[in-house]
Parts: sequence; C-alpha cells; structure tokens
Amino acid sequence: MRFRIYRYDPEQDAKPRLQEYDIALDPHDRMLLDALIRLKSVDDSLSFRRSCREGVCGSDAMNINGRNGLACTTNLKTLAEPVELRPLPGLPVVRDLIVDMSQFFKQYHSIKPYLVNDEPPPERERLQSPGERERLDGLYECILCACCSTACPSFWWNPDKFVGPAGLLNAYRFIADSRDRDLNDRLDNLEDPYRLFRCHSIMNCVDVCPKGLNPTRAIGNIKTMIVKRAV
Amino acid sequence: MVSKLPVRRFDALIIGAGGAGMRASLQLAEAGLSVAVLSKVFPTRSHTVAAQGGIGASLGNMSEDHWLWHMYDTIKGSDWLGDQDAIEYMCKMAPQVVYELEHFGMPFDRNPDGTIYQRPFGGHSANFGEKAIQRACAAADRTGHAMLHTLYQRNVRARTQFFVEWMALDLIRDADGEVLGVTALEMETGDVMILEAKVTMFATGGAGRIFAASTNAFINTGDGLGMAARAGVPLQDMEFWQFHPTGVAGAGVLITEGVRGEGGILLNSQGERFMERYAPNLKDLASRDVVSRSMDQEIKEGRGCGPNRDYVLLKLDHLGPEVINKRLPSIREIAIKFANVDPIREPIPVVPTIHYMMGGIPTNVHGQVVLPQGSDPAAVLPGLYAVGECACVSVHGANRLGTNSLLDLLVFGRSAGNHVVGQNLTAQSHKPLPKDAGELSLARLARLDAATSGESVAQVASDLRKSMQSHCGVFRNQQLLAAGVQKVLELEARSQRTAISDRSRIFNTARVEALELDNLVETAKATIFSAEARRESRGAQARSDYPARDDANWLNHTLWYRDGNRLAYKPVNLKPMSVDSFPPKARTY
Ligand SMILES: Cc1cc2nc3c(=O)[nH]c(=O)nc-3n(C[C@H](O)[C@H](O)[C@H](O)COP(=O)(O)OP(=O)(O)OC[C@H]3O[C@@H](n4cnc5c(N)ncnc54)[C@H](O)[C@@H]3O)c2cc1C
Ligand code: SF4
Ligand code: SF4
Ligand code: FES
Repeated sequence: MRFRIYRYDPEQDAKPRLQEYDIALDPHDRMLLDALIRLKSVDDSLSFRRSCREGVCGSDAMNINGRNGLACTTNLKTLAEPVELRPLPGLPVVRDLIVDMSQFFKQYHSIKPYLVNDEPPPERERLQSPGERERLDGLYECILCACCSTACPSFWWNPDKFVGPAGLLNAYRFIADSRDRDLNDRLDNLEDPYRLFRCHSIMNCVDVCPKGLNPTRAIGNIKTMIVKRAV
Repeated sequence: MVSKLPVRRFDALIIGAGGAGMRASLQLAEAGLSVAVLSKVFPTRSHTVAAQGGIGASLGNMSEDHWLWHMYDTIKGSDWLGDQDAIEYMCKMAPQVVYELEHFGMPFDRNPDGTIYQRPFGGHSANFGEKAIQRACAAADRTGHAMLHTLYQRNVRARTQFFVEWMALDLIRDADGEVLGVTALEMETGDVMILEAKVTMFATGGAGRIFAASTNAFINTGDGLGMAARAGVPLQDMEFWQFHPTGVAGAGVLITEGVRGEGGILLNSQGERFMERYAPNLKDLASRDVVSRSMDQEIKEGRGCGPNRDYVLLKLDHLGPEVINKRLPSIREIAIKFANVDPIREPIPVVPTIHYMMGGIPTNVHGQVVLPQGSDPAAVLPGLYAVGECACVSVHGANRLGTNSLLDLLVFGRSAGNHVVGQNLTAQSHKPLPKDAGELSLARLARLDAATSGESVAQVASDLRKSMQSHCGVFRNQQLLAAGVQKVLELEARSQRTAISDRSRIFNTARVEALELDNLVETAKATIFSAEARRESRGAQARSDYPARDDANWLNHTLWYRDGNRLAYKPVNLKPMSVDSFPPKARTY
C-alpha cells in the first residue's frame, strides 16, 4: 500500500516534507494504525501518538486524505491510495504527525470542565432520573481527540479566543447535568462575541467526530439558552 | 550533588495518571501538597479509559446486597490467594467511593427511582454463591471512560499539577534503601531530569503488552514493575495473569463481560451453550478463569467455530436492539469495526485474551510498598507507594473478579492519598540524593545512543510477546514453562543488543519504545519464573501437570527478585479485619 506522510523534525528539517512509503501489509492489518505501526517497524523515526487502538483514548487523531479522523478506527479498505497523512490542521507541529495540543486543552479547561455543586452531598448518590441522565448522552462520550476543533475554520482563525466545538460540547455537558448548580456563571463565561458566537454552524465538526457526537447541536442549545435568558 | 542531571523538587510524585493515580492525586492536591503527576500520555488517554463494564459495590440498588457477600465472592474468585484483610477493606469501602465518584459528577446510568444502575457480572452472587446479583455500577459500556474523565475533571478543579508526556525511567534509592524520587524523560524535548520527592507513588497500570493477544493499550508496558525490579523491589504473584474470555478473535479488543451480564451467551460450533456443563449454577457468568478454560477446552476438543475452529461465538441478538443500543452501544461499535458483525443480528467471534495482571508491587492497604526484612514478612519500604494495577495488595489473588479493578483504583488510590497526606510532608525536608542518582538511567540511554547496529526493538518485543503467548498461556505445564524461561532469558540478552535509528531529541518515540522494552522484559521474567516454580493450579494459573489446588504447600504469595531471579514466598493473610475468616474450600460455580 502506498502512503505519503508529512514529516518534520525541527532538529533536522528546515521545513516539512512529504515522504513516500510503499509497504506490503499483512492480512491482519485492518486499520490505518496497523499500517502505521508496520511502517514504523521499518522506519522507527516516523512519529505519531497512539495508545488504546480501539477509538476511546483520543491519541491518534490526524488528517487522513484531507479529513480528520482516528487512525485506529479508520479501515484501510476505505482509503484511496496514496494515503496522505498530515498532522491535525491549525495546531503547531511538534514533529511529524504529533501536534502541540496546548491551545486545545486550554480552551477545554476554560469552560470549568467539572461538576459544580456546593450543596452538601447526601449520604448516598444524588438522584437523577433516567430522563435527566439521557440528556448527557451524546455529550459525555467525548474523547478529546480534537478532530472537530481542528476542522473548524473559526477555531483556526481564533484558537485563543473561540472555545471551539470540543470545549463547547463539554460546556454543554455540564449545563445539561441536572446535578450542576452553575448555570448562570457557565452562560456568563460563554456570552462573548468570540468564545461562543464565532461558531457559524458550518458543521465541519459534526462531520468528522469519530464518536458521532454533534457539537453544533450543543452549541445551538447554549445559544438558545443565552438568548432566552436575555428576554 | 554529583549527578549532571537537573533536579526538580516536590513533596510527592505520582507516576501515572490513570484511575489510581488521579484518585490519589486528588487527595494530595485537595490537601494542598506540592504534588507532580507524571504520565506518558495526556491523563484521559490512560488505559482506564477503556474499561467498559462497571465498578463493583454492594449498593443494593437492584436487590438486597451486603459487602460481606461481595467479600466472599472476591475471596472465592481469588481462589483463596487474596489477602482477606485487604479484601474486607475494599468491599466495605466500595459504596462510599462509588457515591463519592457520583458526587464528583460521574454520569452513571440510572434506575427509574434515580439511583445508580447496576448490572450482573461474572462471579458476583447473592448470599454466598446462591444466585447471580446485580452489583456492577455502570455508565453504559463506557464506565472507565466516564470514570477517568470525571477524575481528571475533579483534578482540574483541585489544580493538580500534571507533567504530560513525561516518562519515568528509574527509581532513586539511597544507601538506606529509602526512595527519593525518579529520573524522567520529557518526551517533547528529550530532556532527562531528576524529580526529587519525599514520597513517590507508582500508579503505572498494567503490562498486558508482554503477550501477543491482549486487550491492553500499547502504553501498558509494565514500567512501574521494571523500575521497581531494577531498584531491588520484589514483584508479587506475577504468575497470575487473567485471560478475559471475550476478546474479539484476531483483534484482541475487549467485549465486556457486561454483555453476558445483560444476558449474552457463549456457543460452540454445535450451537451448544457449553457453560451449562462447566458451571451449572452461574453458567456464562462464572468467574473468568473458569470460563476461559472452558472455552479453551471446547476449542481443543474440536468444537471451535470458523474455518480454523479456533474461536467460539458470543450471541446477544436475543437481547434486542433496544438493550444493545442503550446498555452496550460501544460493544456494537467495536463488533462492527473490528469483527465485521452487527451483534444485533449476528454473534461475535471471541477467544480468551490476556487482560489483567493480578500480581504487582507488594503493598499494604495504605498503598505502602512492603517487602520481607528480617523476621517481618511485610516491612514498609520508606518513600515508596504503589496503587492500581501495578500494585498487589492483594485483593485479586489468583483471579480478579470483573469490576473489582476499577474499585481497587478508587479504594486504594484514595487510601494511599490519605496516608501520604497524614505524613505531614511539608514539615519534613528532602534527604540528600545519593552520588550515583540517575546513573542507571543515563547508562541505559547511553547504550542506546552508542548502538549503531543491532536488532530492532519492534522485532525483539514481538518475539517476546510470541514466546509469552505460547509458553505461558491458559494451560501451562513444566515442559512449556521451562522452555519459556530459557526463551525469555535469551530475549533479555537480545534486548541489550538493540539499536534505534531515530537520533532526534524531539519526541523520539523509538527511544521511548526501547526504554519500554526493558520493562516488558522484567515483567516477562517475573511472570515466567514465578509460573514455572508454582507446581499447582490455582485461579488463572492452570497447570495440566498439576491440575489440583494444593493448599498444604502453595497457599503462599510468590515474591520474585530480579537479582538472580530469586523466588521467595510469604503466607496469604486469611484473617480479615473484623469478621470471621473464609477458610479455603472447593471452588465451583
Ligand atoms: C479493555 C479493558 C476493559 C476493562 N474493564 C474493566 C471493568 O469494566 N471493570 C473493572 O473493574 N476493570 C476493568 N478493566 C481493568 C481496569 O480498567 C484496569 O485494571 C485499570 O483501569 C488500571 O488502572 P490504573 O490506574 O492502575 O492504570 P492505567 O489507567 O493504565 O494508567 C497508567 C498510567 O501510568 C502512566 N505511566 C505508565 N508508565 C509510566 C512511566 N514510565 N512514566 C510516566 N507515566 C507512566 C500512564 O501514562 C497512565 O497515565 C478493564 C481493562 C481493560 C484493558
Ligand atoms: S459548526 Fe461551529 S464549531 Fe462546528 S465547525 Fe462549524 S463553526 Fe466550528
Ligand atoms: S467532540 Fe468528537 S471530535 Fe470533538 S474532541 Fe470530542 S470526540 Fe473528538
Ligand atoms: S489509539 Fe486510542 S483513539 Fe486511536
């Protein structure tokens, strides 16, 4: 199978280059990550992140033939050759397919990504009805892979000011939690021309999320709540 | 100070940001200690994220339950190798740590009355083995993901200081044996440093990557075990490795026992629900060692499925799309992606797959590392703690019950954290570092830097995995194990002659993998030497040449020392803290 992979080592390379590989795969190589590991067994300098190899840890997000996705859940059969692999767009490249995710996590941290409830907890669990719990479905499953935010033009232009789809999806995860008591502060924190309202509903984020989540809908819900609160 | 390495100082260091490390760090950060948490990956990428099925706790939300029943099931599951004081401690604490996790924001599934939903799991029973019980607290089939993210979020709130993509290399001990910190590699820059601390806690997780077919992530390379072994700390009960009955055939990816908890069943090539023959009472929900051996037996006797008759089938279509989509959505996703089947219509091909390490660094219930000294079989090693899968308390003994690992992380992460807080570290000063601090790590790195030719790390690691898989599998015997010992020793020698071609300092993953190989080798040695020496069958150690459990000679924990591959033994603690002992008896399900 043929690959064309973005290579850049700041210690050796003045600028990035695309390296061609042609490698015979094993019948057991099913996913793109299997192929990358086979490539690495031949060229150990090829650098990428990976861990769980089953789409739950969020390590191996990259740009695959022009589209963001996880290498470990991308079936090789779905890929046109040569397979072009690049680091996630819009974030500084550390080396090869490894990007610096600081800006992404900074935005995640900015939304108070934790439950706020200062009422003394009961001796047992706090009760939550199945219906209330269901409102967290499609939100809590986020694996922080950054496929969405690095596919979002608004995030490319303003990564320091726009929270981005992943951060906003997670903001809504806490807004939607019946146990959380921080609604007003959470909305205040987002009511800003940049932090929330840079989203123009382009839906790139929904399109690429490997977990099938829908940040645009979550963002829409937050916008509606802010508008409603105003009247 | 003689070492050339830069030094940074903390009160406490935690190596590992999985469930165990982050449950411990929370106690420290909330108490205001200066604590650094190191992780090879961003915290939420730790392998706890992959846990699916649930957390065991006798909340009694579904029907009457009691921590004593949970304790009995855990002891029986452990085939009486678990220490009954630690097991009592864990089962008693279970409801409290689960409620705490819920208060932190964990999105558990709910019952109509608003309480936490609990599902049945293998080996968990009501009234001392009478019938299956629903004890596993679940967030769909993403319990580990939900728990790890919740713990990370709570640590963000507590302002825990994380060192992300830092790899700890070696422990630093002084002449008295006291642990004073670690050496560590910052992956992004390639810098090596000494991190000095009054207390060092290992929470480095499992080492399933010593086997070829594993449910474990690539990063599960037993680094804590390797570091401990190289520093002269023994490893306990390393022969006991759990094969999970249902890894996807060929891929290794896990299908949670929760599938059988929700009603899924195992079938052989004749369409027979064969577990009815092996475990008439709990059937498909017998404990994991029993189910894995039964599957192996079916396959050996020619009743496996597929063209090579080398797997069995996990059938769940009868649960209906509603249950599957609500309770087991990720399982459906995994089956479609990795096995090409939609379980709503077709069964999933599964095989027993390496999953969990019952052994590890020996500790007491406070997470303090203990080792025999003089007449004391469990003297505390000053300055070192271990929690989570890398530790051996021992609550899992010879076979862990499903849901008891996530519980172990919460209970002992918390108790170790509290114990460290109780040390009043801020009032103590750092002991002087020994002159040779860091030299072991520098020598390991220097060997790699100097090697211009040699075998590839990937090749040696792959051969090691294959050897462990064929010599230390579900069924073992003397001949296989003795040959395995030789192979692993040869591989150890080969691991010292590897070379990497990547010369960059920046994010050199080839170097990281080479350093990990050293840890895989230590873990494999501990495993195969311990397994070879134990001449009985107990829990996950099944020997066809010694098919019976032998309580007269082997009701002992193994301790393996790296130096000379020496083995020592210490008695199992059959005495609980407050209740009567559960004396060993025959184990049937
Ligand atoms: C697929 C799967 C499903 C499971 N399902 C369940 C379940 O339903 N219920 C249950 O009870 N148990 C389950 N288990 C078992 C359980 O998930 C694990 O035993 C547990 O999560 C281990 O947690 P830990 O905190 O000890 O380690 P991990 O979560 O593996 O974390 C280890 C940490 O150590 C760090 N680390 C390692 N080495 C170094 C180093 N050298 N330097 C710096 N950092 C390092 C890593 O980066 C990571 O942060 C499952 C296991 C698997 C594999
Ligand atoms: S919908 Fe909003 S967040 Fe998503 S890609 Fe478009 S602008 Fe970005
Ligand atoms: S929303 Fe989806 S794409 Fe975005 S970070 Fe979360 S899992 Fe990844
Ligand atoms: S390796 Fe974990 S998401 Fe791909």
